[in-house]
Order: sequence, then C-alpha cells, then structure tokens
Amino acid sequence: MKRSKKEVLDADFAAARAGVLDVAAFLDRVDRGDGEADFRYDALMEALPLLLSVSEGGRVRAILEALSYRDAVIPDEAVTKAACGAPNLSR
Amino acid sequence: MSFIEPHIHMVCRTTDEYRAMAQAGCLAVGEPAFWAGYDRSSVDGFRDYFIQLTECEPARAAKFGIDHYTWLCINPKEAQDIVFAREVMQLIPEFITRPNVLGIGEIGLNRNTSRELLIFEEHLDLAIRLDQLVLIHTPHLEDKLKGTKMILAALKNRPDLSPDRVLVDHCEEHTFPLVKDAGYWAGLTLYPTSKLNPKRASDILELHGSERVWVNSAADWGDSNPLALTALACELHRRGFSRKETEMLLVGNPEAFMGQSPKFRKVSGHE
Repeated sequence: MKRSKKEVLDADFAAARAGVLDVAAFLDRVDRGDGEADFRYDALMEALPLLLSVSEGGRVRAILEALSYRDAVIPDEAVTKAACGAPNLSR
Repeated sequence: MSFIEPHIHMVCRTTDEYRAMAQAGCLAVGEPAFWAGYDRSSVDGFRDYFIQLTECEPARAAKFGIDHYTWLCINPKEAQDIVFAREVMQLIPEFITRPNVLGIGEIGLNRNTSRELLIFEEHLDLAIRLDQLVLIHTPHLEDKLKGTKMILAALKNRPDLSPDRVLVDHCEEHTFPLVKDAGYWAGLTLYPTSKLNPKRASDILELHGSERVWVNSAADWGDSNPLALTALACELHRRGFSRKETEMLLVGNPEAFMGQSPKFRKVSGHE
C-alpha cells in the first residue's frame, strides 16, 4: 500500500500548503501584537528549522521532542494543571 | 462501517451524539473515569460519578443499541491531594464488580509530579490485587514524552502485571515506539488540535502497523469529535487499507483488548 511521492502530493499538497501558510500567518499575527512574546514563541521558532532537516525518526517526531520537557526532575507539585504545548525552561 | 469507540467520555456528550454514533455504526463504547473539567469537592462526588458511569450511561447507550463499558479510578489531575485520592480509591472495590466495569483507568500522569506518580503506582497495586485490566492516560503536549517514560519505568517494576493487560493511550509519533517496544498495547487519539489528526494517525499505522493498537476520539467536554473514528476510516480507505484491515483496527483490536475481561460481550466474529 506504499504510495508514490506523486500520489502523496496529489492527495495532501493543498492541505500542507494551507498548514504552512497558517503557521506563517500566526507568526505575523504575533509580531503585530503589542508587548513581548514568551517562551512558547521562542520554542516554536527553534522547532521550525527541523522542518528542513531529514532525521531518522522523521520531522514530526523531532519537532515533538523539541517541544517536550526532557529533564529528569520530578516536582512534588505542578505550578499549573494544564500543559501549554512548549516547555517553560525559565522555571 | 462498524466501529467500537473504546475511549470516550459520554457523560459530556448529548443524546443526539449517542444517536449519531449509533447511526454511524458504533457498536460499543468504553468510558474511563476522568477529570470533569473541575475538581470534585468530596469523595461523594466521585461516588455519584461512579454511579453515573455504571448505571446511567449504560442505560443511555442501550437506548441506541450501544454496549457501554467503563473504567474506574481517580484521575491524575485530582491526585495531588494524596489523602483525598486514597479515599476515592477506597470506593473502587465497591464498584469494580458491576457488570460494565472492565478495569482500572484512565490512570497515569498529568504534570509528571511525584504525587501523581505515587497514586499511579497505588492504582497499579489495586489493579494487580483485583486482577483488573489497566488503561493508562499519558500526559498532554510538552509533558507527554517525559511522562510516558516515567509511566513505562513504573510499569517495568511490575513484573506481575502482564503487558497484554495494559494499554497506554494517547500515543504520538515520539511515544508510540517507546510503548510498543516495551510490549504494551498502544492507543492513538484523534483530537482537533492537541493530539493526532486522521492523517498523522494513519501515518503511524502505515509505518508501524496496527497490531495491538486501538484508536479513539477520547471525546469529552472540550474541543473533540465523537465521530472522529469515521474520519480515520475514510483516510485509511483513501490510502488503500482494505475494509477488512480497517474493521480489524476499529472492531477487532478493541475487542481483543477489552475482551480479556469476561464482562465484555463481543460484537463481531473476530477471535
């Protein structure tokens, strides 16, 4: 069931193009905002170059790992109940 | 098509959605105990919830010909107060013998704290003592990788808990191989933004196969879709998966895992 590159492009190029434009529009929107961006913006900017690299585990895995806590610290309590999508390494 | 939705929180969904699921081919649902979106103020709040899961929801589902199963626990988001968590856990033996209870779940971690880990391990003790299946929630977003590793390390210390009887849910590209390599069942969850979409889930299934994998919507009170599995089936068919392969994923696999409980009634001819 392995598809050719052309078959994958035919199936998914338009959606991928829309996704890239969505990221670009988001970054422009943040840039237009007042004040300072926080660690989430920095984490995303650091992850974006991974789109251009080919790694053994794939780009998705590399980006997910880049947006993950990878330390060994186990706190007694959490600062907040909800995750936000990027590690806050300033804590 | 037919499907089993093995992880969904129907207490949050409408009767119209039960109807829509039945009309789309849903044969059975599994509903693990979870965080209601707010912290319950008393142990009795959990008693009421367990009654809802074991009496009210099966009756709602039955009106549409859907079999309803459930899993019991205190979720990690409410496990920061260890004394309170233990009091809730003391309720579980009272409910575990009810006819639609398949096991302990969804236990696991949320923000990967030592208190969450302690209560997770005590739930594993309970599952072993009561000879129950285990359904595990892995944390969200930036906490998922670290939390999944902590969960797998804790499971490794339980040789008396067979990997066949444990499913680690909400896997993504960076955690799926860890769970499968450790020998456990793995779950893939379809969410609009914070987990997998049908294309990414299909990629994982293409790359790694679908043996000992279940897929689910985990639909709850948030942005989620109780018919997400129908979108996954469409994507798989578009890629060339056969009807038989899709049915095995959507019916045969959840039957195989949940069917380890004698309470589960098979809905297909899969063995």
